[in-house]
Amino acid sequence: MDLLTLLQVLDSTLRLATPLLLACLAGLFSERAGVFDIGLEGKMLAAAFFAAALASITGSVWLGLMAGIAASLILSLIHGLASITFRGNQLISGVAINFLASGLTVLIAQDLFSQGGRTPSLVGGARFEGIDLPFAIGPQDAEAAGVPLSQLVAEAGPLQQIYSELISGHSILVYIALLFVPLSWWVLFRTRFGLRLRAVGENPAAVDTAGVSVVALRFAAVMICGVLCGIAGAYLATALQAGFVREMTAGRGFIALAALIFAKWRPWYALYACLLFGLLQAVALRYQNIDLGIFVVPVQVMDALPYILTVVILAGFVGKAIPPRAGGEPYAKER
Amino acid sequence: MDRMPAWADAVLVPLISLILAAILSALVIIGIGEDPVAAFKLMVEGALMRSSGWGYTLYYATNFIFTGLAVAVAFHARLFNIGGEGQAMLGGLGVALICLYIPWPHWTLAVLGSAVGAAAFGALWALIPAYLQAKRGSHIVITTIMFNFIAAAFLNYVLVNLLRPPRAMDPATAKFPDATHLPTFRDMFSTADNILFRGAPANVTFFLALIACVVVWLLLWRTRLGYEIRAFGHSESAAKYAGISPVRITVVTMLISGALAGLMALNTTQGEAERLVMNATEGAGFIGIAVALMGRSHPLGVLLAAILFGFLYQGGAELALWTNIPRELIVVIQALVILFTGALDNMVRMPLERLFLALRRKES
Repeated sequence: MDLLTLLQVLDSTLRLATPLLLACLAGLFSERAGVFDIGLEGKMLAAAFFAAALASITGSVWLGLMAGIAASLILSLIHGLASITFRGNQLISGVAINFLASGLTVLIAQDLFSQGGRTPSLVGGARFEGIDLPFAIGPQDAEAAGVPLSQLVAEAGPLQQIYSELISGHSILVYIALLFVPLSWWVLFRTRFGLRLRAVGENPAAVDTAGVSVVALRFAAVMICGVLCGIAGAYLATALQAGFVREMTAGRGFIALAALIFAKWRPWYALYACLLFGLLQAVALRYQNIDLGIFVVPVQVMDALPYILTVVILAGFVGKAIPPRAGGEPYAKER
Repeated sequence: MDRMPAWADAVLVPLISLILAAILSALVIIGIGEDPVAAFKLMVEGALMRSSGWGYTLYYATNFIFTGLAVAVAFHARLFNIGGEGQAMLGGLGVALICLYIPWPHWTLAVLGSAVGAAAFGALWALIPAYLQAKRGSHIVITTIMFNFIAAAFLNYVLVNLLRPPRAMDPATAKFPDATHLPTFRDMFSTADNILFRGAPANVTFFLALIACVVVWLLLWRTRLGYEIRAFGHSESAAKYAGISPVRITVVTMLISGALAGLMALNTTQGEAERLVMNATEGAGFIGIAVALMGRSHPLGVLLAAILFGFLYQGGAELALWTNIPRELIVVIQALVILFTGALDNMVRMPLERLFLALRRKES
């Protein structure tokens, strides 16, 4: 395998890891505040649909992004209502949200576009295009030189190859997602809000005694989760692919959940876990069965690997993953 | 003191939740420009007015009884088994292996054999999450979700690479031998001049599902194990104090739950398709959650809720056939039922409790 092939796999790793990373950080905020969220998948799906639908109708991808975030926020609100206000079961609420999104997206897509539950393909301004960073070899250079882009990159030096193929040329959401990692770390571990948010996930009674509203903090966390899931969904439908197809999240919400456990609820580790799972997806996408010489690794193993790894981590054989202590429990003030 | 009479808890709360879900579903239908009353009439007509409609309704209901019971049994031990889907997939593999590789003389023997296979494979798939929950404290909800995906990948591998007959294109096993064919409702109830249940897939498995309801009821309320399961679900510390081993109860409950989910495959794999296909479960494992919540984890409630969802499924298929309403409407209704009977339970319950308290105060 030469450098360029490796770079191409890593490039696609970054693209595939982005929605995982955004959803994983979304789950991070929610679960750190003590609200389990297995509805990440549903929120991403709803956001993907509404982002693609609005982008396709208005032709503006930014309006699409807003619509995606709004759709995800509404589902977050339902989750908050069920699990914070009415102290219901957070897991069941998440399951309901997943089904709600899965059914409603196809229902509305069929009603609006009559294309079997998909949106029309997005073109031009209705999609997030890749941005070429300065000095990178982009499509314009290829046009100017009159040779295909791939050939131009292949002829460049290794540093330029890394810069042009791996670092440059992604859509803005990829860079935003990467920026969210230090930002999340800073918010959670260096601000008063973050301290309180983490405290409410460990010991809500103590936060309540200090005179800080548990309900408001948890709602804030769930809403942040909604915004991030919204961006993740919009990225799927308007940047990674051009349009919405039914069930297009394809379990990414659950992989993000797995990554969150893998990362033991920490932002930087979330980045590494998502890159790892993104790499698995990229490899599974590029190579069907991997021949290791001694035996052949079937593609299904690559599909199942994130889940198997998560179970192993959860089992505590390789470093124990300890969730926030008050996670999953509704907080009831004593009366 | 109970805040509400038992009948209100068992009947009124689910009923109000169902009405709320129905109202919202009607709004959704209006939202996409269709007439909810006409849609409901069409559903009733397609699912309940003809014997073949009933044949489909009860076929779907059979699946949901098994998966509903699976979730319900786990709920009694306060375990949330989301893995019904994966356990049912593995159950299908058990059925396929038993039907394909053992030469059965008659379907009555074959169904016993494949029931054992389905239950064993389903239970096996629940064993690892159960063990990890009991011994290592890994959250069973997360592990069972992960096992659903692992099951899908595993089954995909087995069907594509191992069980697919040579020169076949689609990932599925060969057709099962004729001797394993289960009698359908048509075989059982039609007379020479009056053919009932034409083309409908409902089969003898439905009666096995009814038996399973009775067995689960006996198990939960008439045996020592059932008592232990319920005691564990009510209070883990009290159960421990009474000498009930949490590890044993967690593992045994999940084995029973997985076995019940696995048994669903009898209906789809041996009863209907007569071969193992890739997507045999069709999400029935997840509908079990809605069914168990709605049926208040009681076998009778599960039976009624399963028939209701069977009706919704068959009615939904009719809607998709005759109107512009896609089948996904059923998924929306299912989501609303889970939301109202499961997550927003307190929203319905709290005002009702207040109402009953006020009534009682007036009496005294």
